[in-house]
Amino acid sequence: MPLVRGGRIVADDYVRVADDAPIPEGVPVLIGAARLAADPAILDRKAPVGVIWPNNRKIEELESYLGRLASIALIFPTFRDGRAYSQARRLRGRYGFKGELRATGQVLRDQFLFMLRAGFDAFEVTKELDAEAFPEVIHRYTRFYQPSIDDRPVISRIRRMRDAQTQTMPTRKAS
Amino acid sequence: MYIYDEFDQTLLDERVSEFRDQVKRRFAGELTEEEFRPLRLMNGAYLQLHAYMLRISIPYGTISSKQMRALAHVARHYDRGYGHFTTRQNIQFHWIKLEELPNAMADLARVGLHGMQTSGNCVRNISTDQWAGVARDEIEDPRLWAEILRQHLTLHPEFSFLPRKFKIGITGATHDRAAIRMHDIGLYMRRNEAGEVGFEVAVGGGLGRTPYLAQTIREFLPKRHLLSYIEAILRVYNQYGRRDNIWKARIKILVHDLGAEKFAREVEAEWAETKDEGLALEDKNIAEIAKRFVYPDYEILSDHPPELAGALKDAEFKTWYFNSVAPHRVSGYAIVTLSLKPEGKTGGDCTAEQMDAIADLADRYSFGEIRNGHEHNLCLPHVRQRDLPELWRKLEAIGVAIPNVNLITDIIACPGLDYCSLANARSIPIAMELTRRFRDLDLQRNIGRLHINVSGCINACGHHHIGHIGILGVEKQGEEFYQITLGGKADENARLGTLIGPAVPYEKCVDVIEDIVAAYIELRERPDEIFVDTVKRLGIQPFKDRVYATR
Amino acid sequence: MTSPLDQKLRIEGPVVITANRLRDGAVIYRTRQGHWTTDLDAALIVTDAQEAAALLSAAAAEGVLVVGAYPAPVEIAADGRILPGNLRERIRSSGPTFDLPRVPADV
Repeated sequence: MPLVRGGRIVADDYVRVADDAPIPEGVPVLIGAARLAADPAILDRKAPVGVIWPNNRKIEELESYLGRLASIALIFPTFRDGRAYSQARRLRGRYGFKGELRATGQVLRDQFLFMLRAGFDAFEVTKELDAEAFPEVIHRYTRFYQPSIDDRPVISRIRRMRDAQTQTMPTRKAS
Repeated sequence: MYIYDEFDQTLLDERVSEFRDQVKRRFAGELTEEEFRPLRLMNGAYLQLHAYMLRISIPYGTISSKQMRALAHVARHYDRGYGHFTTRQNIQFHWIKLEELPNAMADLARVGLHGMQTSGNCVRNISTDQWAGVARDEIEDPRLWAEILRQHLTLHPEFSFLPRKFKIGITGATHDRAAIRMHDIGLYMRRNEAGEVGFEVAVGGGLGRTPYLAQTIREFLPKRHLLSYIEAILRVYNQYGRRDNIWKARIKILVHDLGAEKFAREVEAEWAETKDEGLALEDKNIAEIAKRFVYPDYEILSDHPPELAGALKDAEFKTWYFNSVAPHRVSGYAIVTLSLKPEGKTGGDCTAEQMDAIADLADRYSFGEIRNGHEHNLCLPHVRQRDLPELWRKLEAIGVAIPNVNLITDIIACPGLDYCSLANARSIPIAMELTRRFRDLDLQRNIGRLHINVSGCINACGHHHIGHIGILGVEKQGEEFYQITLGGKADENARLGTLIGPAVPYEKCVDVIEDIVAAYIELRERPDEIFVDTVKRLGIQPFKDRVYATR
Repeated sequence: MTSPLDQKLRIEGPVVITANRLRDGAVIYRTRQGHWTTDLDAALIVTDAQEAAALLSAAAAEGVLVVGAYPAPVEIAADGRILPGNLRERIRSSGPTFDLPRVPADV
């Protein structure tokens, strides 16, 4: 399953570690929620640690770990289950999480833009073809009605800027 | 009505282009049906019994003549020459081909029409009173707020994959003509003690297998907080709504399970954290939408001009006038309802020819504007009273001046088993037979206001729970049977109807309705005690006795 | 009628394999040759649950052509014609049980 990060397919540097398996040294790891709770000292290691967080648990539970987590993987059990969008927005917005926010589960191209706008920046894409199409797909829409975590153009802001310009600019004479 | 600018238009064009690509990938096998289905639903495309059905959004039931002509074009070129106006102020085409759908959508996009979010687990068309902006009993036109919400909730990154569909209704009037309490979120525009206008917010309404009326969770929400508060409700729902059982996934179940008070606390707690996070509607935000809302340049006219007074001497015109014309907030004007309920035809259907003709009449008599209500009827909202006699003749000529509005043959019926893959029984033939049985207009007027609602399955798209007479089709051993409820209401005194007894077979259903109506005429206190009030006064027992005594 | 797609596979009496055509949603029936036809009379009659299951699997693999295949009950008339076996299938086969709004011929 290809990982898209920074807008293109990259090798995944993270290793998923099962709850009862030893943590490999010196490599970024993704651990489960139970393991994090059982052994938060994992976060003290030098190499990055990320957690795979279920979509039916509150983000609040992660609050004390956020400063030390390099990655949070949220889950779309099916692409129709949109709980992770709320989790992502909360992490980026309310908590200002700056680490990697990774979409996992059923991650299809028709949701890339929703995910990006909700704050995801890494994608375990289900289909190879979709991963390859990522750079093109994210330009399907050029402007959006509502503001979100991202900095894509927001229609209401553009309208106001344009109105402000037409009000302050002097009328040009034909030259 | 709202006029699109280039940004609204661009979004629409990009949407069409995206859907074209999705259809192409589906045909190429790059998308399975399971992956494709939610995508096409979010563009309003259902697969029904015979063909694809396309549902086009008519935001808050307001449509221009130019848009109406585009609908006629779609009916002609992509369908079988007609469309069906729905109970949520949309329009449906029942014979669409998927391979032609992107082209149909492109044609519609040119005039600012689309099927975005008319289906799927997202926020649907925000409905309102079809008399919004012109009714006399309005505090304020709710359509501005419906448009603000529509934009904010279109392709929303957080709320496009909810547990289930989400329907918002808003009214600015004291009399609820939009069944507000039947919505997932119902908004009433209210004035507080300081004279400010804001919203009463009710949550958790919905019909279907478990009907509930929405409960008020906040008595007064200031306008500036509309978006942040709605987001708080949606966020609570997105996170806690059930996703394991399709019958328990609506927000009404969550509100009912938590209790309205606890639910309200969850929303208020969520809102407290987010209300100042940049979604507050400042005057400039509101103004930027409001300035594209165009209102007619009304003339200064008097009520009851001589053209009208003279025409009222004609008995037929007078009948139509008192049935189909409602008072307008601007003197000298009137609101005209176009009945799409002719005898023996499917109520709410409109041919391409009728659509074109109605568009022309709208241009001539209604500032180019048409409204779509909740009863599968249309409305011309800005007609000069002095034009009424002339307009009437033209409406008659196209068959939309039957003076049966709000009468027994003004029936709401879902498409039912004749069209719909979810249905258990047919509903349209029941409605058709009712229009034949009660064809006599004198009889209809004698009966008075009586709302019949017919649904072909428990999903209740015919809103049978809130009909004065509700008819629900069920299947028993391969045969169609119909359960009958009495006493439902859709307005500000909303209530659900009461079942009168065991379901009756298809052949007997209309006879039973006749018996119920006959009983009403005998039992009513005065001729002007309407059916639903008689039921309220006496309960269902006398009707039950009448129906089941000999059966 | 509860959608047949939601019912467990159980064959009582003759059935045909039916679906909707992906490209236009038209009602189609599987023929003996494995093609899809809009003519019910040309459909393959199946009486065995295993055979039906195999044919449904085959249909599922034809996802670019057909959607939602299931076994639909039929009746065989005395003259051998295949008739729809219930109201839902009658409607799927012949359309709505009333006239559609008429369109003037000159349009």
